[in-house]
Amino acid sequence: MLVRAQVLVCGGTGCLSSKSDKIKEAFVENIKALGLDNEIQVIQTGCFGLCERGPIVIVYPDQTFYSHVSVDDVPKICSEHLLKGRIYEPKAYKEATEDELAKIKSFGEVGFYNKQLRIALRNCGMINPFDINEAIGRNAYQALGKCLTEYTPEQVIDIMKKSGLRGRGGGGFPTGLKWELCAKNQADQKYVICNADEGDPGAFMDRSVLEGDPHSVIEAMAIAGYAIGASMGYVYIRAEYPVAVERLRFAINQAREYGLLGEDIFGSGFNFDIDVRLGAGAFVCGEETALIASIEGERGMPRNKPPFPAQKGLWGKPTIINNVETLANVPVIILNGWEWFSSIGTEKSKGTKVFALGGKIKNTGLVEIPMGTTLREVIYDIGGGCPNGKAFKAVQTGGPSGGCLTAKHLDTPIDYDNLVALGSMMGSGGMIVMDENNCMVDVARFFLDFTVDESCGKCTPCREGTKRMLEILKKITEGKGTLEDLDKLESLAHMIKDSSLCGLGQSAPNPVLSTLANFKDEYIAHVVDKKCPAGVCKALLTFVVTDACIGCGKCKRNCPADAISGEIKGKHHIDPAKCIKCGSCVKGCPKGAIVVE
Amino acid sequence: MKSLAELKKIREEAANRINLRTAKNGYRVAVGMATCGITAGARPVLAKFVEMVSEKGLDNVTVTQVGCLGECALEPVVEVFDADGNRTTYAEVHVDDVATIVEQHLIGGKVVTDKTLEVIKKAK
Repeated sequence: MLVRAQVLVCGGTGCLSSKSDKIKEAFVENIKALGLDNEIQVIQTGCFGLCERGPIVIVYPDQTFYSHVSVDDVPKICSEHLLKGRIYEPKAYKEATEDELAKIKSFGEVGFYNKQLRIALRNCGMINPFDINEAIGRNAYQALGKCLTEYTPEQVIDIMKKSGLRGRGGGGFPTGLKWELCAKNQADQKYVICNADEGDPGAFMDRSVLEGDPHSVIEAMAIAGYAIGASMGYVYIRAEYPVAVERLRFAINQAREYGLLGEDIFGSGFNFDIDVRLGAGAFVCGEETALIASIEGERGMPRNKPPFPAQKGLWGKPTIINNVETLANVPVIILNGWEWFSSIGTEKSKGTKVFALGGKIKNTGLVEIPMGTTLREVIYDIGGGCPNGKAFKAVQTGGPSGGCLTAKHLDTPIDYDNLVALGSMMGSGGMIVMDENNCMVDVARFFLDFTVDESCGKCTPCREGTKRMLEILKKITEGKGTLEDLDKLESLAHMIKDSSLCGLGQSAPNPVLSTLANFKDEYIAHVVDKKCPAGVCKALLTFVVTDACIGCGKCKRNCPADAISGEIKGKHHIDPAKCIKCGSCVKGCPKGAIVVE
Repeated sequence: MKSLAELKKIREEAANRINLRTAKNGYRVAVGMATCGITAGARPVLAKFVEMVSEKGLDNVTVTQVGCLGECALEPVVEVFDADGNRTTYAEVHVDDVATIVEQHLIGGKVVTDKTLEVIKKAK
């Protein structure tokens, strides 16, 4: 019998860490046991995006969307759904954004996907990344064929320029222009580099593209090579993405076997090959000159520009460096035309952008939306808003280099220029949502902690300045800050921005500056009133026993610091000098009589 | 691979295999596959539908299975929904009937009246 149904099991890193590989095996075994192995196929795909609900399984052709699947559910899904055609209700996806009882079963009906437009992620969750034929079935390498047989390199660059595609790694530099600059430089050898050194905490779109659809990146690199006259490409990817590395290497080998990489591709005389270079996970290596230094075997440090990599890049040869997501857009632009692509998005930002939604949001995961979608649509309509009925407070876009935007910015259409105008940035597309329980001073401290760690140390403002800023922030969160510190913080921030060599230093103060601008009152509460309004900064909290105390003595017994005194059946008292603010008294109190002020 | 023609061939073969995964807006054929349906021979009927739809290249038709439709005495029961959601229920559909339904209904757009549930019920 022909295949009548396909079971797609998410094999992205998120779902894999919840044992989705075991789920896949269980499906194979159970289907075999039911004698259905000739008619039902099990396929492991890349990320479906709705990671919050993982592990995810989709059954086609019904498009039934199962979420939070465990190995134990598999026999039931097989015997009920696959054998008898009855959807196994307990695991069918329930919409998170609406009434919990309204069951939504079909993949196409899920609100999380309704507002999305998946271009870069078009094949993620749709195909088996280990099967080049499936990728080809979804049009992979058609665009490369078209470029090599119908277009001159100049025409390819022209299409890219007209499409309006801009770099998705953070900078937002027009991709076509980058290619043109490099194409103009004459050299015996040029290089195409794919920047897969995704380092923003919480961002994982590049990893997902490489895990779910590696061929889109390989194809795009070959197209870029043809456009600029390069015959060699490198993918610089961090070693901590083992699944992506494995699938990418496998895909490169498959492409070579099919003659889609190598010599004389499609008989056009064009040669192109790709090699993989593993990075050790230094954040600064996402900066292009540091990345080049790292590939060359040097210490990953940025250098002055010019000369730009398009003039003197890898091993002194003209080089273009494009981000994974940028490249994933390229084949579709060639196939559908620049007119189609430039019709999506806003005036200066065309196409779509993938965001990694995280933090205090119901639907954690990867979303791809047309530029110009508002933050409100992403956070509420797609993301489902903050969980547990908490109030939205801020959203951090652009990762550690970005800024925090508040409720009043929610109706801003997302594009490169709007975000920069508000003091944040697109960055690589991290989007971390914060609710009323997040302390903004602490958030700034968290991100600065990251950049202090990741500063390469080459220039003093970044190396020393961020460290000093972190010290001031720590002082504030410990209740030792003064109003003068706030001014110092601000002037230091501007100094570091103005005098650092690379993007890391130039953007490191952004979280501090934007929280200072939008949440000055919280800083003042810390400094003047010595209070943390969100109740996060431990040093500023006081634990107090209220009159609801029944004198059971439980808190006294739980306290690891012997800070609580009181007689049985009498009101207890916490000695603030001894209290270490561990919270064990609050957790243990049967009457909720201990409050945090 | 040295030519676009070869690529095209691979693409067509593969597209056929992954066609199951694309959203379709044409007819939807649902075969009742509860215990009653399976006992009455729904499995080969389902297989035949899958085979014929693929053979005729009906890319826009979904063939799927459902649970018990409540007419256990008249199984195998097959429902055909058109793009607007209008339902036609066929009863006692056996492998030999599949070709007629595919050709007349899925391709021709005309209901095979003598196999509908109402007609068969009346005849009993």
